[in-house]
Amino acid sequence: MATLELDRVVKRYGTVEVIHGVDLVVPSGAFCVFVGPSGCGKSTLLRMIAGLEAITDGEIRIDGVRVNEVPAARRGLAMVFQSYALYPHMTVRQNLAFGLENLKTPKDEIARRVAEAARMLRIEELLDRRPKALSGGQRQRVAIGRAVVREPKIFLFDEPLSNLDAELRVQMRIELQALHERLGNTMIYVTHDQVEAMTMADLIVVLSKGRIEQAGPPLELYHRPANLFVAGFLGSPKMNFLPVRAAEGGVRLASGDLLPIADAALGAGELTLGVRPEHLFLAADGSATLAGRVRLVEHLGAESYLHVETAAGPLTVRTAGAARAGSGEPVRLRIPPEACHLFGPDGRTLRAAPGVSL
Amino acid sequence: MASLAPAGVVDLLTRTRGKERLHWTDWLAYAYLLLGVVLMFGPVVWVVLSSFKSEAQLMEFPPTALPYAQVTVEVPGHPEPLPLFRVRLPDGSIRELAQIRRVGIQAQMVDPADPGVVIRVNVADREPVRALSLATENYTLLFERFDFLRYLWNSVFITVVATAIMLLVNSMAAFALAKYDFRGRDLVFVLTIATLLIPPTVVLVPVFLVVSQLGLLNTPWGVIWPGAATPTGVFLLRQYMLTIPDELIDAARMDNASEWKIYWRIVLPLAAPALAVLAIFAVMWRWNDFLLPLIVLSQSEQFTLQLALNSFKGEMHTQWGNLLAMTVLTLLPITLVFGFLQRYITTGIATTGIK
Repeated sequence: MATLELDRVVKRYGTVEVIHGVDLVVPSGAFCVFVGPSGCGKSTLLRMIAGLEAITDGEIRIDGVRVNEVPAARRGLAMVFQSYALYPHMTVRQNLAFGLENLKTPKDEIARRVAEAARMLRIEELLDRRPKALSGGQRQRVAIGRAVVREPKIFLFDEPLSNLDAELRVQMRIELQALHERLGNTMIYVTHDQVEAMTMADLIVVLSKGRIEQAGPPLELYHRPANLFVAGFLGSPKMNFLPVRAAEGGVRLASGDLLPIADAALGAGELTLGVRPEHLFLAADGSATLAGRVRLVEHLGAESYLHVETAAGPLTVRTAGAARAGSGEPVRLRIPPEACHLFGPDGRTLRAAPGVSL
Repeated sequence: MASLAPAGVVDLLTRTRGKERLHWTDWLAYAYLLLGVVLMFGPVVWVVLSSFKSEAQLMEFPPTALPYAQVTVEVPGHPEPLPLFRVRLPDGSIRELAQIRRVGIQAQMVDPADPGVVIRVNVADREPVRALSLATENYTLLFERFDFLRYLWNSVFITVVATAIMLLVNSMAAFALAKYDFRGRDLVFVLTIATLLIPPTVVLVPVFLVVSQLGLLNTPWGVIWPGAATPTGVFLLRQYMLTIPDELIDAARMDNASEWKIYWRIVLPLAAPALAVLAIFAVMWRWNDFLLPLIVLSQSEQFTLQLALNSFKGEMHTQWGNLLAMTVLTLLPITLVFGFLQRYITTGIATTGIK
């Protein structure tokens, strides 16, 4: 259990700055997920926390103690790597014990911890095998086991599920959450998959181009995105964005239709309207906001996605069950004003949808 | 390339393109392979066979493939065994007679069954009776009159110790060049590779001076240290170590392993295939090394096998029989090493691209 604080952390490679002053506090026991597109610096940030990359500027504190100069091994952290990084020439047992041996842990203590971790992760019968003889999921468990036996203050995960197939990924996601509940340690988890982020995190940190775009609980980020990037990054399918112009009594869509969003703070000029697919409805003529034509329907069984071409721009609509409209059919859509976000020309949120409760 | 079980070898050697009859490409392929076997293996067979020939037979022309020696018989009244000849007598009969002595074109001969009667025969009318016989004294003499075991020990000591030191030094350099990011790394690497351009003979004199100044002349260490670091070895190991994922080393760092431990417990075991290849080459280089030992070791008790071989070659006279016998003995250990480790050589060459 440990609190992690990042204070204006900067990373430069030569003259290229890749992390631009990141501030973050991860409370003790939190499951924190760094999420962002590839190249956003999330893995670099994780490696800086781990001590595998030097910190150019700023400070990293674990439990209030500055660890910038502390080598990786002494920070009391354990890391699970994307490729698992199991030592191929050692058996699973040796893999688990290697770190403890280096810490000069007594032999019976090592045996006890290895046995306990193996039992917890259900890899007892694999202990005398080499990593080569294990399946992807088993390797994943061994890699987690290697972190668990160290009894670290903080667990670090670097995209640990990205090499697994979809089914196994869902299963391991649940196991990781169970592990977090059982151990209660602080965990930092890096992924580019926003579904993983949404489902597992207590605290999501959305990163882009070496900066934190927003940090907070998953649903807060989902419903109250701080900017266009976060709004577009979280959620699947993506939030719909339409160019609008502030007008008398609301905002005017590119199609000419007026959406009655009465908010004095909007100012004038070009704005972006954001609305999630689940907040759009196919509507009868009377309540409809604008008309369009279905371009494509995706059936997922429990729900369907309609891709609709409108004069205001393309929109994705989520409907429960089978879609009522077929491809090529004209439809009318209702955009509920209380579910609309508005973003300024700089991408910052001017108005988060007020009608959606957290 | 998969390793071949004995059954697999037979299968490989008898593999043909034609299903029932031999395709013409089979004939061509086997003829070509046979030529290769003769070219490669012929000289070795020739050396082995010749090493069992007596000095006289080695000088014979035309040479015979197998070692023959003239048959001799004990004849009462003569202290030495006498050489046996097949003689055509004037009456046309052919008898086997022993020669007592030869005077000009006349030979005085005697029938071993009737030693009292001396028969004079024209040398043109007789030819030696010969039988297969191994001149094993070529070999036994090495142990009796030459200190073969000492030379063998010198060679083995230098080869084993030099190989071990070389693997250690080269793998440490390769680890640093492959896995550490430090200023000037590429320059160091390029310089290391650039030394490949300098022929060893050019630096022979400076090496000798250094060895001499360090007082290592006439000690095995004078041969071992100059060959401890080789650019080829560093290059080979570095290229292989580049394939070890960085994440493994990061993982070991997270596991509290010191840099030395990472090298010893993680990198070295994982570089084992490349180390095996380098070990084989190092053994062959050291074992066959001649020039450096020649200038460093001048006392005969420090000689390696290669130098001892050289000492058989005199200015006036060369003891070919002993020389050939010793050549065969010198070939044996390296052949055994190669035989046991050849699997690593093929995989090593395939993975590191070095011959």
